[in-house]
Amino acid sequence: MQISEAWLREYVNPAISTEQLVEQLTMAGLEVDSVEPAAAKFNGVVVGEVLAMHQHPDADRLRICKVDVGEDEPLQIVCGASNVRVGLKIPAALIGAVLPGDFKIKKSKLRGEDSFGMLCSEKELGLAADAHGLMELAADAPVGTDIRDYLSLNDSIIEVDLTPNRADCLSVEGIAREVAVLNQMNWSATQVEKVAIDHQDTVTVSIEATEACPHYLGRLIKGVNPKAETPLWMQERLRRSGVRSLGPLVDVTNYVLIELGQPLHAFDAAKLTGAINVRWAKADEELALLNGQVIKLDNEALIIADDKQALALAGVMGGSESAVSDETQNIFLECAFFNPQSITGKARKFGLHTDSSHRFERGVDATLQERAIERATQLIIDIAGGSVGPITEVKTESAMPQRPAVFLRRQRIEKILGIVLADEQVIDIFQRLGMAVQTQADGWSVTPPGFRFDIAIEADLIEELARIYGYNNLPNISLLMRSELSKATEAVLDIDRIKDLLVDRGYQEAITYSFVDAAMQKAVAPDDEFISLKNPISSELSVMRTTLWCGLLNAALHNTNRQQSRVRFFETGLRFVNKGGEMHQQKMLSGLVLGSAYAEQWGEKARKVDFFDIKADVQAMFSLTGCDVQFVSAEQAALHPGQAAEILSQEGEKIGWLGMLHPTLEAQLGFDTQVFLFELDQGLLLNKKFPKFKPLSKYPFVRRDLALIVKEDVSVSQIINCIKGSGEQTLKDVVVFDIYRGKGVEDGNKSVALSLILQDDSQTLTDSEIDVIFSKLLEKLANDISAKLRD
Amino acid sequence: MSATLEEILAQALQQLRDAKDLNQLDQVRVQYLGKKGLFTLQMKELGSLDPEQRRSVGQVINEARNNFQEELEARKDAMQNSALAERLVSERIDVTLPGRGQSVAGLHPVTTTLRRISKIFAGVGFQVVEGPEIEDDYHNFEALNIPAHHPARAMHDTFYFDAHTVLRTHTSPVQIRTMETEKPPLKVIAPGRVYRCDSDITHTPMFHQVEGFLVDTDVSFGDLKGVIFEFLRAFFEKDVQVRFRPSYFPFTEPSAEFDVSCVMCDGQGCRVCKQTGWLEVGGCGMIHPEVFKSVNIDHEQFSGFAFGMGVERLAMMRYGINDLRLFFENDLKFLEQFK
Repeated sequence: MQISEAWLREYVNPAISTEQLVEQLTMAGLEVDSVEPAAAKFNGVVVGEVLAMHQHPDADRLRICKVDVGEDEPLQIVCGASNVRVGLKIPAALIGAVLPGDFKIKKSKLRGEDSFGMLCSEKELGLAADAHGLMELAADAPVGTDIRDYLSLNDSIIEVDLTPNRADCLSVEGIAREVAVLNQMNWSATQVEKVAIDHQDTVTVSIEATEACPHYLGRLIKGVNPKAETPLWMQERLRRSGVRSLGPLVDVTNYVLIELGQPLHAFDAAKLTGAINVRWAKADEELALLNGQVIKLDNEALIIADDKQALALAGVMGGSESAVSDETQNIFLECAFFNPQSITGKARKFGLHTDSSHRFERGVDATLQERAIERATQLIIDIAGGSVGPITEVKTESAMPQRPAVFLRRQRIEKILGIVLADEQVIDIFQRLGMAVQTQADGWSVTPPGFRFDIAIEADLIEELARIYGYNNLPNISLLMRSELSKATEAVLDIDRIKDLLVDRGYQEAITYSFVDAAMQKAVAPDDEFISLKNPISSELSVMRTTLWCGLLNAALHNTNRQQSRVRFFETGLRFVNKGGEMHQQKMLSGLVLGSAYAEQWGEKARKVDFFDIKADVQAMFSLTGCDVQFVSAEQAALHPGQAAEILSQEGEKIGWLGMLHPTLEAQLGFDTQVFLFELDQGLLLNKKFPKFKPLSKYPFVRRDLALIVKEDVSVSQIINCIKGSGEQTLKDVVVFDIYRGKGVEDGNKSVALSLILQDDSQTLTDSEIDVIFSKLLEKLANDISAKLRD
Repeated sequence: MSATLEEILAQALQQLRDAKDLNQLDQVRVQYLGKKGLFTLQMKELGSLDPEQRRSVGQVINEARNNFQEELEARKDAMQNSALAERLVSERIDVTLPGRGQSVAGLHPVTTTLRRISKIFAGVGFQVVEGPEIEDDYHNFEALNIPAHHPARAMHDTFYFDAHTVLRTHTSPVQIRTMETEKPPLKVIAPGRVYRCDSDITHTPMFHQVEGFLVDTDVSFGDLKGVIFEFLRAFFEKDVQVRFRPSYFPFTEPSAEFDVSCVMCDGQGCRVCKQTGWLEVGGCGMIHPEVFKSVNIDHEQFSGFAFGMGVERLAMMRYGINDLRLFFENDLKFLEQFK
């Protein structure tokens, strides 16, 4: 809502500056978004009158004018505007004037003719973005008056961002009422008289939808001049309210909407067939709206119709067929009250949002209609002439909005606000707000006025007290509360610990959008069922990710495209997977690494990062939880089939994946280097093993090394599992310390060097005991995986 | 006999001098002082002498042996010292060369900010709770007193999957989910991602909020003001000014928005605060009775407050970041600034 400060001050004029006024509004909950001057800076422009003019001898389009600017002698000014004519009053910029854009007016010669100033258009004065010809002032404009005074341009345009509950402030009168309350002043509403009736013709009105439209007023005004000029003061007020002038009939309805907050509509009476009816639309009924849009109605749309067709979407927008035009002679002026419930959502459904729907949705004062139609009638006949017919009124009392009294208990004020207010202060605040107050033993019965749709429960009244008392005058109370001791579970590792670990290992945390490009999603996770947004912001952000890799790959590309050759990212967040029609929102932890293993340095030979670098990082996370996991060679659509591992828990639960990005995707996405990825289910990753004490052995441990020859396709984990699977009690640890292929090892085989740590809890192991253990192990290794001892 | 001893001593001392390293020195030691060493043998021979002779000869041998031992120790010290000196020289390095190995990275500034917020509230017993990001209409709107077609819905540019399923537009549904399952007293902080169908220079379609709420038997607007006030001073580590403006949220009554004195100009007015001296931080209010009704908490017995803040906004104010969109571009040049 945008209003002129000068207009507001005509109602109530507290002795405070614009800045203070704005601060006051903001602090009362009517947040001021901006304050702009009503006109750009300029000076030296006065009202002038063209007394005489003649053609410029050397220029077809220029005229030499004698202009009265209130000085002793008229000035000679050369003008090229097409609408210049004798008798016209215009803004005249004098020598020395400075126009917007720091444009200085000097004495000049135009094609040899002296010119002592400039006649101005609205554009040249910064009052409009465009103009055709000179700005035409009213015939009674006083010559010589400074144009800023004449047009009241020393004004501010205040834009108030109103919350949906404050529909009562969607008018100049509404804001004036509030300013009066805040300054403890009186204000007076615009005086509206009943307009004298000139004729008795009416249009029949019947209301079918009485609940939705409990009050409807209409009247015929005949013989109006639709081409009459809207007076400048009204045009200016409309302009400062952000409304364009569109001819007197529309201007007046817009003006009353801003002034009083009541939307009105003028129909061209010649276009109406029979009686007016307010009813719910029939399915498939069509309506061509003023904005050119043709909408298909249904039985949830409230319409104004005549005997033939739908004329307007009630409370939202009129139809184009019954609209007033330059040919209109008779109008049917409508002013109604629609219940908010019957209008809410109706405009949005058709992609519309109008000043009218904005107000009706939030609530228009149901006591305003008669005053508004009389006000509009008077303005129309003042500007466009016409003879006035009687008002046709249809009112369903039972459906009019009720304002039941709300009871406020005295003790609730302290309970909710933390302060005690004196009874007189409570009563005073409510009365200033236009509420009727009845004092009772333990509180007050408060009846809100018709314009307050937002006062329905006790808490609403408490908010009003706090608002007027001033939120900042309420105490800041220091937190004193019951507290319970916090929990410190050891069953789950805090994700923050994992994040810190990754940061310490050189991973930068990233945060990427949860929605991604559908093509990317399909390329990275072709087997996942994803869900799409109905109304995405763009195709790049249109489906929910089923893996965090989509976002991390994009983030990596963003950086490799900006000369970064080394990227290490991790991200935590939800993935969204559709499994059998059920949406799973699963917390994941993912990582991406590309480039060199270490940032360039003198101390280590530069080398590319590889699978085992990343595996070490993943294993480090599991060593924090103390849980043993298995890395199993497996295939995953996004990963290189020979460098992909599925990570399984001891119980076989699928924790996640680790591997190299598939070379096809690597090329397709535009990477010029290998990319390594991991993704883990946080729920499974963070399961922490509870430490259990074992007594320490007093006897020395023995280390024995073992080199085994196995077939290439036997994995190291098979060897280790085979050894551990022996059930040998003295075996404490197995460490792989070398893998060898080449001379001495047959093709298709590899040599795996292991060291075994043995220790008995009750004695020192003897050589012969160790030999027995080893021969049993070797036998098992030979049987299970055909492993031989290397000679 | 004594002549022999002198010869032995002279030879021994010569050998000590000739020894080139500690190893050779030790060999000399063994040669003379070992079990079969020459001095040792000499001592053993004493047994065959009469007591009178034994004493005088023994004294001479002892002297010679001590002589040898002193020389041995001196040589050993000298050698150790020169070996040490040599090592110290040879092991000299340029300590200004950088250290070796993996470098440390950093957390996203949103995470750092959220951690600080959580830490401040956890200190007074707030519990951190999370909720789903794909939400149903009931938890995101209905239960928060925002029925269908409510004008407030227009303020939430909602992403839809179908008529009943949305991406949560705020963290407030966590209030409902928590109160559905837990009974007061409640002190909860709910951080997380939220989504609005809006994208321009000051809006990203995803951002982070932190919701906080407290429900107990005697909670007032004054407590709310106190908590916000103390939080903002703790967060900015500065004696900032805080103001509360009446506002409107369907799920609180009374409702307020709160501003902090501009942290860039200390409230003097600058480009960042658009000359107002204030920066808007978040919304808050006393939990609406309708919200309590929807979770079956007696609003006569209990009262509570709730507040919500934009995390990126707080991070921008704290670190002077001037472009919201940087948060989700994940440019390393940006992220690396927040170690």
